[in-house]
Amino acid sequence: MERSDIIQLSKDLVYEKGSLIPLLQRVQQTEGYISEESIREIARLLKISENHIYGVASFYSQFRFQKPGKNKLKVCLGTACHVQGGQLLAQEVEKQLGLHSGETTPDGNIEYEEVMCLGCCAQAAVVEINGLIYSKMTSEKLIKKINELTSHSEISASLPVSEEELPQIVEESA
Amino acid sequence: MQRFNQIKQNALKNWKTITNSSLPVIYIGTASCGRAAGALKTLEAIQGTLQELNQPAYILQVGCIGPCYLEPLMDIQLPGKPRISYSKVTPEKAHKILQAALVGDDLSPSLAVGHFGDKEFTKETGIPPFFDLAMLKPQVRIILRNCGFIDPENLDHYLAHDGYAGFMNALEKGPTGVIEEVKESGLRGRGGAGFPTYKKWEICRNAEGEDKYVICNADEGDPGAFMNRSLIEGDPHAVLEGMLIAGYAIGANHGYVYVRAEYPLAVLRLGKAIQQMRQAGLLGIDILGSGFNFDINVKEGAGAFVCGEETAMIASLEGERGMPRPRPPFPAEKGLNGMPTLINNTETFGILPNVLRKGGKWFSQFGTKGNSGTKTFSLVGKARHTGLIEVPLGMTLRQIVFDIGGGTIKPFKAVQTGGPLGGCLSATHLDTPVDYENMRASGSIMGSGGLIVLDESTCIVDLARYFLTFSECESCGKCTPCRIGSRILLETLEKIARGEGVDEDLDVLYRVADTMQRTALCGAGQTAPNPVLTTLKYFMNEYQTHIHGRYCPAGVCTELFEYRIIPEKCPGCGRCAQVCSSDAIYGKKKEPYSIDTEKCIRCRSCYEVCKFDAIVPVPVSQPMKVEVTL
Ligand SMILES: Cc1cc2nc3c(=O)[nH]c(=O)nc-3n(C[C@H](O)[C@H](O)[C@H](O)COP(=O)(O)O)c2cc1C
Ligand code: FES
Repeated sequence: MERSDIIQLSKDLVYEKGSLIPLLQRVQQTEGYISEESIREIARLLKISENHIYGVASFYSQFRFQKPGKNKLKVCLGTACHVQGGQLLAQEVEKQLGLHSGETTPDGNIEYEEVMCLGCCAQAAVVEINGLIYSKMTSEKLIKKINELTSHSEISASLPVSEEELPQIVEESA
Repeated sequence: MQRFNQIKQNALKNWKTITNSSLPVIYIGTASCGRAAGALKTLEAIQGTLQELNQPAYILQVGCIGPCYLEPLMDIQLPGKPRISYSKVTPEKAHKILQAALVGDDLSPSLAVGHFGDKEFTKETGIPPFFDLAMLKPQVRIILRNCGFIDPENLDHYLAHDGYAGFMNALEKGPTGVIEEVKESGLRGRGGAGFPTYKKWEICRNAEGEDKYVICNADEGDPGAFMNRSLIEGDPHAVLEGMLIAGYAIGANHGYVYVRAEYPLAVLRLGKAIQQMRQAGLLGIDILGSGFNFDINVKEGAGAFVCGEETAMIASLEGERGMPRPRPPFPAEKGLNGMPTLINNTETFGILPNVLRKGGKWFSQFGTKGNSGTKTFSLVGKARHTGLIEVPLGMTLRQIVFDIGGGTIKPFKAVQTGGPLGGCLSATHLDTPVDYENMRASGSIMGSGGLIVLDESTCIVDLARYFLTFSECESCGKCTPCRIGSRILLETLEKIARGEGVDEDLDVLYRVADTMQRTALCGAGQTAPNPVLTTLKYFMNEYQTHIHGRYCPAGVCTELFEYRIIPEKCPGCGRCAQVCSSDAIYGKKKEPYSIDTEKCIRCRSCYEVCKFDAIVPVPVSQPMKVEVTL
């Protein structure tokens, strides 16, 4: 991201160390990841070293340094989802797509992540696909969803930024 | 004051236009859990039906009322009638119920789960009162009083339900008077440790500092817990009012809500609520002419469990890696930017308006001596009735799991409390009262309120392994006991789960756990061994079966069992063969099926779909190949 874009994003922030994480979050929300160029520019703006920024950003699981895949698939492995078979869903992803957490298919179509609790534990096991949360998932339902993703690779993959784009949660009918 | 009375009168008027209106009012729970069950689709159907019938009505999108297993919940209140609740309302069902109610004046009593009116109405219609449902009857709603009843995005609704009345009382009492009231209430922090709230406030009030901060801990990192999310999504102003009261009492001017980034709806609702407060003059300079200045900002977490720990949270707010710092100095003396900082849990703040509104004495009548008041829990896992509950402290686990939670379908095995730093309690603990001291005495902790019910299909060794995977991954790496200790615990548990365990491994677990408890820097490392220690203590036989019997009775550790189909129980429906992706199940319809254990990868798909409990895990028949690992 260029300097001017970052200045635009940080309009209401004070240029101090405490603004680093909010700024990284905004950059990632806009660009989908944090590029080397963005880190360089943030370092100059906040007057801190690039090393420091990498040090901070790599501590938090939210930040990524590679271009995101087109579709985002997340499997919840929180405790409630674990006891309701979350691990089996993760295994299914590996079997179907050959992906481990943090990996993207070679064609850049599906990015996969294992997450800890999406706060819908009473509806476990849950899976999030492109911001939509699907409840009471089973391997069978997941395979169907994965097939949809691999056949129509057009499903939009934008990050939720406005109210309309917030994760909406739908129940999978059996 | 006058200004407050004015906005309050206005709010009451606006609320009454809805409740006293000649139009129907339709409530729909659209918090994250409601959405999880499809509430937004139901909402669309409601809007569509009203349009089709050309019937104007109020639609209130409310927060979670608790019984998530019944969701989506839709309620209808016809003019002059009480509100009636319907469960599992799919779009089609919504259409049917609305049409019957609005056109045919038929309230579909057979589909209703409960009403909010008086007993007379039950006699008339046969619909039970909502709060008489098995899951709700033993509950007491103080913290959750507005969740499910008001539109959380409407300040007027909160004001009309005595919102900010607690803060007004606080202004009258003065800062020390407020702390007295909190002391009288006996309130203890709901973030897990149960530290007396008034004491923390007193330290913070007396600490020197040109600036002071109030931080609301809404990081809720425990997987399987969602109480704070529900409270913020359902009644954000209650939490913010609590922060306002705290800020006033300790003399702070800045507040932050540190909320998990995984909770986008909560972040959005907090932002809206803060904006409304600023507009109403409840935040900013000289609030309501009291001379008190206060502002609140939202900070999103970035996905690190340890940031729920107060000193790590401060590091994160300062733009650093979220690593804990040694205490003392405690944040109440030297916290954010080196200034006195009060950190309380979201629920602690949510309770405060009630304490200030109705008095500390009133609050302390609930619960037990030393553990006063109510506490919310997220009741999940294998319980029949999953959802969010609020009960007086001191209620027994049995009442919570069986009366409220409805028990389990397969036989009950354990209940896990306190998240990854908590423990696992067996059936013998069911009569333990849930309070800070008793939970600790049992080896677990109360934690922030996650209660995960487990039945016999959950493997205890696997569960301990699961929590250690979490702790090992979330260890910030600063201190060696936690960084290396969690790794050794995890590797040892993995070894046992693979069937390679020996008796000495149990000693390793005890020794490492003990070292971590005594020497880790922060609470995360000190308590990370809890899941291992409690399971060793209460479920030793299951460890032994894994080590000596090379068998996982729950059928979870894939190398330690194989599946069998019990011919007498299998009617030959063929579902298992259908879902098997390894072609390991064969047979003819209407005759018992069989499993080829060579081909079976033990993915559990067949076990999950079998409705007849015909598929069971049994010990592996051939002698195990024991591989030597270094
Ligand atoms: C590893 C770790 C994680 C924690 N996570 C949380 C959390 O998610 N929410 C919370 O309120 N407190 C959490 N705490 C406790 C906080 O450090 C702190 O005690 C609490 O927020 C104080 O609030 P209270 O006095 O209202 O309980 C955590 C503690 C540790 C050691
Ligand atoms: S454990 Fe998966 S949503 Fe909470």
